[in-house]
Amino acid sequence: MRLIWAYVLLFCLAGKERKMRNLTEIRWHGRGGQGAKTAALLLADVAFQAGMHVQGFPEYGPERMGAPITAYDRISAKPIRVHSNIYEPDFVAVVDDTLLHSVDVTAGLKEDGGILINTEKSAEEIVPMLKGYKGKIYLLDAHKVCMATLGKYFPNTPMLAAMVKISGVMDTEAFLKDMEGSLQHKFARKPEVLEGNMKALRLALEEVKECQ
Amino acid sequence: MAIRTRMSGNEAVAHAIKQINPDVMPAFPITPSTEIPQFVASMIANGEVDTEFIPVESEHSAMSATMGASAAGVRAITATSSCGLALMWEVLYVAASSRLPIVMALVNRGLTGPLNINAEHSDSMGARDSGWIQIYAENNQEAYDNFLQAHRIAEHKDVQLPVMICQDGFITSHAVENITLWEDEPIKRFVGEYHPEHYLLNENEPMAVGPYAVSSYCMEAKKAQAQAMMNAKQVILDVAKEFEEVTGQHYGLFEGYQLEDAEYAVVAIGSVCGTIKDSIDALREKGVKVGLLKVRVFRPFPGKEMAEALKHCKAIGIMDRAESYSGNGGPLGAELTAALYQAKVTAETVNIMYGLSGRDVRVEDMEEVFGWLEKMAAGELHFDEYPYLGLRTR
Repeated sequence: MRLIWAYVLLFCLAGKERKMRNLTEIRWHGRGGQGAKTAALLLADVAFQAGMHVQGFPEYGPERMGAPITAYDRISAKPIRVHSNIYEPDFVAVVDDTLLHSVDVTAGLKEDGGILINTEKSAEEIVPMLKGYKGKIYLLDAHKVCMATLGKYFPNTPMLAAMVKISGVMDTEAFLKDMEGSLQHKFARKPEVLEGNMKALRLALEEVKECQ
Repeated sequence: MAIRTRMSGNEAVAHAIKQINPDVMPAFPITPSTEIPQFVASMIANGEVDTEFIPVESEHSAMSATMGASAAGVRAITATSSCGLALMWEVLYVAASSRLPIVMALVNRGLTGPLNINAEHSDSMGARDSGWIQIYAENNQEAYDNFLQAHRIAEHKDVQLPVMICQDGFITSHAVENITLWEDEPIKRFVGEYHPEHYLLNENEPMAVGPYAVSSYCMEAKKAQAQAMMNAKQVILDVAKEFEEVTGQHYGLFEGYQLEDAEYAVVAIGSVCGTIKDSIDALREKGVKVGLLKVRVFRPFPGKEMAEALKHCKAIGIMDRAESYSGNGGPLGAELTAALYQAKVTAETVNIMYGLSGRDVRVEDMEEVFGWLEKMAAGELHFDEYPYLGLRTR
């Protein structure tokens, strides 16, 4: 009997394993200065810590504060050789909802994936702007999260946490542990910044909501 | 023990510089290579290296100061991109003909214009006849490994020429990817100490560097320089072999990927080669015999060796990331086609212009190119003009 349960457990784990994508491709849309590129590079960093092969890279134009920018992540169990931009992402993150008017954020986005939008607006206002996208839609009010935890608006920190959660590229507990380690290193002389960032990450994991 | 980590191509080159700890680095910032002198400046401030950093007012000065330091008898390096390399032009030739073993990190970016900051090979390809050895990288790992081998090649007594270690701007310089770093001690032993045979500050051997040469001496000096470039081929292979003994990484003049039995082959340089490898795997699954020849060393040009490796192919696509505005294709196309003719290789060839000013190349684009090659071999397709890959039609 015990053996049967062990098999059942093994089967469930294998099933969970199968659900993980071999290659996860993520596209970030933001405005220059909001940290979308940093978020992409941080995501590559934590995925590397979790033992994955990673690629995190920005697409550069005439960058300036406020201009739309794009950044990308590839996260894979196998070495990554391709060096092109991502046209059919599994997930998209939109760090600034004003981009929904000017950028085709769901272009090529897979329907079995999802889009994460940082907004203070309601689902009723946002969903009609996504051109009938059939996949999952997640909303996060990063401003609210930031003000409650950091007292300043750095949307990339909560967006990073929310992306880890919705994409399932790694376990959220392992993610929090890795982030604590790297933030401790980064803000060795500013422990108060570490605490605020950790709170922002945790709150974002709770606050991100699936609305479709 | 190797250290598995992740970093950008620029960080990887900076890490190589940290392990080499060169004596002098004059540099002037230009995108996308700016981070390299920035990282080195931080390492100096942190006491991790004792390199003398010389902030200069232009790239012409950067190369002049690098030359001065190298002539004085120390290891001298610099880094640049695009218009920065163009401003060094005059001094590039002087450095090479003075036989100075300078090492430069070149982060490839197109020359203006239109003004653009993205990956293209027009900067280094423009300098292809300046007498510098040129070694290219597909990814951050190769940029790192190539830089570690550069001093050994440049300083070899049969060579004594400057070396350019090239990587694609932004595509590899700013992309964070997995990388394996090598421990300091074996690398320091591999790179070794630099003891120049002749140098300006040797009080026992007064000498001039870069004097006027009359016509009855000039041509012999140039032939000696050309011979050194030819000698570099074997030295590059010998240094690569030693590097493999230390790290397990294999490098040659070029890399063949699924090339041995390939009917249709593409020849390319740099980061696009990773994308090409993915397209080859996809096509091989469908049973199409496709392959890649990735050029690592462009100067000296391994024409004979490449022709030998390609002679069994039915059709060859030669990819250039730099226009020559010659009306006759790009530099790799022109030189490899000549080498194939000399070796009596009669495969169909087409020179393809791609990736100018950072124009993206996808796996699907490369599958299209291999489709062209199949049709060319079957006599169903012929290009009157060399094609531009991914050119917008509206």
